[in-house]
Amino acid sequence: MSGFTGYIQLVYVLTAALFVVGLHLMNSPATARRGNQVALTGMVIAVIATFILMIHSGTVTATGWIVLLAGGLIGSAIGLYAARTVQMTAMPQLVSAFNSVGGGAAALVAIYGYYDAESHVGGVLGTTTVFTVLDVLIGSVTFSGSIIAAGKLQGFIPSQPLIFKGGRLINAALAVIAIGTGAFLFSTASLPAMLVLVLAALAFGVMMVLPIGGADMPVVISLLNAFTGTAVAMAGFVIANWALIVAGALVGASGSILTKLMADAMNRSLANIIVGGFGTGDSAAAIGGPVDAQVRSIAADDAAIQLGYASKVIIVPGYGLAAAQAQHGVAELAKVLEDHGVEVSYAIHPVAGRMPGHMNVLLAEANVPYPQLKEMDEINPEFARTDVALVIGANDVTNPAARRPGNEISGMPILDVDQAKSIIVVKRSMGHGYAGIDNELYYNPKTSMYFADAKKAMAELTAAVKTLVG
Amino acid sequence: MSTALLTDLTIFILALLVGIEVIGKVPATLHTPLMSATNAIHGIVLVGALLIGVTAHNLVGYILAFVAAVFASANVVGGYVVTGRMLKMFRRKAPEPQPELESLNGHKGLRGLAGKIGIGRTES
Repeated sequence: MSGFTGYIQLVYVLTAALFVVGLHLMNSPATARRGNQVALTGMVIAVIATFILMIHSGTVTATGWIVLLAGGLIGSAIGLYAARTVQMTAMPQLVSAFNSVGGGAAALVAIYGYYDAESHVGGVLGTTTVFTVLDVLIGSVTFSGSIIAAGKLQGFIPSQPLIFKGGRLINAALAVIAIGTGAFLFSTASLPAMLVLVLAALAFGVMMVLPIGGADMPVVISLLNAFTGTAVAMAGFVIANWALIVAGALVGASGSILTKLMADAMNRSLANIIVGGFGTGDSAAAIGGPVDAQVRSIAADDAAIQLGYASKVIIVPGYGLAAAQAQHGVAELAKVLEDHGVEVSYAIHPVAGRMPGHMNVLLAEANVPYPQLKEMDEINPEFARTDVALVIGANDVTNPAARRPGNEISGMPILDVDQAKSIIVVKRSMGHGYAGIDNELYYNPKTSMYFADAKKAMAELTAAVKTLVG
Repeated sequence: MSTALLTDLTIFILALLVGIEVIGKVPATLHTPLMSATNAIHGIVLVGALLIGVTAHNLVGYILAFVAAVFASANVVGGYVVTGRMLKMFRRKAPEPQPELESLNGHKGLRGLAGKIGIGRTES
């Protein structure tokens, strides 16, 4: 390492340190914004250092500069536009898209490194290391897998598990091809073999995510996030750059932690989620239950009376809230109740929504102060002291059946909604949740069902409560 | 195993451990911004994309450099902007009520009446 590149490497070390400090500041909402800015500073100095290195090398051609600057500007414009215009309910798709391009870029770095080594006279293969192969493999899987995940979240690919005959066989075959080709590359110089590796990995990414259903998306996004980080770290090994290695390791750690938290919150192993959804999954959701008669239906006025005369209300939001864009409506209802002296808090299950923390962001958007958002372990003891639990668009995470062995969701940690003195469930129909089983909460004598779209229901309830409390 | 590789591996392992330690302290309420922030951080691959330019000298090299630069810069810029946008929304206290809302809740004017009988502004 010559003196000059040594100094540049020092800048990359500083970048890595700023990333760590930035992530550390994310441990509280009060300092998180500063954390993001600190990490951004790290990024900016790394890019400046890289430009200096490129100018110093003197080998970047004019075309090279044009290509890179044009690419950078186009990419920045796309990123800026997406980030500015995205709706908070669509955040999982956007995060998935960024996972995709990050993984893709990491794979391209290794592919170029391989191609470059081969294109030199004589085609020496000294650079085909395990890191190159891993980078291409993981990066490509992440690229295509994240596109499928984003497509499912956006709805242009059906969100239910797409399982077809022989799918697992194809997966196994693709994995064997990818790993076999990767091993082959260690001993033999072959650009076609690299191409086969890329294509097999891309196909594997598609086949891996297609069979996974919508409600498992929090796990999948976290996993793909970890993959992207790992791919970037591998790219760091390929080009011997510490900033990439450290950043990749940090993201890999973060994604892995979130993956484990999400899988634990569903009491399912990662293997179980990857291999396929619950039974028939979402496809059962549209079918009305045959036992409608046993549940108690309620109108807005009655629900408003329960809410208006309560002293403590817990709101339990789920994906239905996001799907109906009802976050502002629920916040308005909560505000009317609070102005009337009712204590309102929100119970957030770890896997509510389509990504970790999805509900918290939506409610923050609707100006709900974050101290009101309570995690499962914190809020569960409070349900027994609660007058009304208002469930909006959440299903499986409230099903008391999880406490018993022998069903699809046995052992899954749930919100103890059934402990509340009375329960109001806002739901469009008696359809099943993701697990495809009846929610016993709905048949509880304390439960009233309010059948409506979440957004419309919130507007009606707010109006009814206002009428009531004047 | 070369010293350089050993150094890289050491850095990787230590960074993983630091990551586990630091990320483990992030509260659940910030998990979406956290994931978005780490998204932006893995945009550091932009450095790798730029460095392709140092040796790229033919069409294949330029195409790979261009695509990598588009991907990585979208990742960096988009990741930071959207994380900032999200974090700006997290508040400890509810914002001060708008004067208009106050009149709607507290007074018996025409608007209060409208609120009372459930017409007019039912959502904001």
